[in-house]
Amino acid sequence: MTAPPGLCFSGRVSVGGVEILAPVSLEVPAGRWTCLLGASGVGKSTLLQCFAGLGDGLVLEGTARASDGGALQGRVAMMAQADLLMPWLSVRENVMLGARLRGLRGDVARAEELLRRVGLEALAGRRPRALSGGQRQRAALARTLYEDRPVVLLDEPFSALDVATRARMQELAAEVLRGRTVLHVTHDPAEAARLGERVFVLTGQGLSEVAVEAPEPIPRAPDTGETLAVTGRLTRLLLDAA
Amino acid sequence: MRGLWALLPLGFGLALWQAAVVVLQVPHFILPGPARVGIALWENRALLAENALVTVTEVLVGLALGAVLGWVTAIGLALSPAARRLVRPLLVFSQAVPVFALAPIFTLWFGYGMGSKVAMALLIIYFPVTSAFFDALVSTPPAWLQQARVMGAGPMRVMWHVRIPAALPGLLSGLRLAAVYAPIGAIIGEWVGASRGLGYLMLLANGRAKIDLMFATVIVVAVLTLALHRVVDGLATRAEAARRG
Repeated sequence: MTAPPGLCFSGRVSVGGVEILAPVSLEVPAGRWTCLLGASGVGKSTLLQCFAGLGDGLVLEGTARASDGGALQGRVAMMAQADLLMPWLSVRENVMLGARLRGLRGDVARAEELLRRVGLEALAGRRPRALSGGQRQRAALARTLYEDRPVVLLDEPFSALDVATRARMQELAAEVLRGRTVLHVTHDPAEAARLGERVFVLTGQGLSEVAVEAPEPIPRAPDTGETLAVTGRLTRLLLDAA
Repeated sequence: MRGLWALLPLGFGLALWQAAVVVLQVPHFILPGPARVGIALWENRALLAENALVTVTEVLVGLALGAVLGWVTAIGLALSPAARRLVRPLLVFSQAVPVFALAPIFTLWFGYGMGSKVAMALLIIYFPVTSAFFDALVSTPPAWLQQARVMGAGPMRVMWHVRIPAALPGLLSGLRLAAVYAPIGAIIGEWVGASRGLGYLMLLANGRAKIDLMFATVIVVAVLTLALHRVVDGLATRAEAARRG
């Protein structure tokens, strides 16, 4: 992996003339975990898509670029709420999907190592159908890691999981993605309070940063006074904006 | 025991048929009873088998060629918007031309042999195969396509590794339809001009007032079509199960 760049966004996004992201400006620091919190439909995922370079009718007036001036293409991996595992491939093959799609031979040893890291080594040969929701998201995380990109975009990757599974996945992701530039879109204040080294809140009124005083490294425990206080503050902000 | 229960409707149908013949006193040159048809089946077994072999060959070759041609067309259409604009209206228009009307032309072009019947079977399945597969190819979940693009895949690799496997159910449903349609194409081809095959045998029996043989031929056609459908359906179901894992 090359040194992770930061991300800079500035502009507005529309689809067919309809504005879906009002003008905002966001600086994501390099090598840190940044959470972007906001209600549904406010344009968080759209912002993420601008960095992933996904056209599909999205018109960006402005820029979405890496802070080092280099191209983002080929330096970004993405993980979404849906695990997007291919049902016809084994878990191991799914992890190596990127290699297959780039016309390369998959590195089985590395895939197995990553599956061991997310605790799925015993299920490597299974099809996704045989996995639970939490296990499937672990497989998706291993696939994201296999890409070994310096920038990782997370689009509510844990929001479909039950509370305990979600908490464990947050810890695992924080551990394995350390050192990368992570931009994590979420609508869960508690998640942002646990994982965000920087936390931004996007509402209809615009983008604002919420200071996270606790210098604790992530993942923070879900039940400390600091985490709960930040969770409360973020919730209040979302409430007031609604 | 379950096999016996499955045979019950068949027995009921045969009984109803025989009863109709007896009660209504239909002359046997209009509607022969099942017993007469059964005898015709047995007495003409060699003749029926010989002609069935011809028709089955036409159907299988037409099915294979039509399926492959349909898949290739669907992939081409899915890959290229230009091809879509150019070819799709033609495909739809080709459906407005009754296949029956084309049979004499095919006989003119491909002769009295197997060629024209294979062409008929091919033509009649080409559209359903193409459109079922094409519809499936263009309805890949957008998130899968986005993911593939972020991973750095070009359109051909996305097609091969994501869109085609994702569209497999569409491919198979087209094939299931084709298994039912292909025999119709071959039989029509044989009616228009042939010296062998079950369609030819039907006309021959009709012309010689061997109505029981004609009915026997119809039954052979129906049984073969059912068998073909069963085989294709079984293979398709297996392929689907293998894909799901």
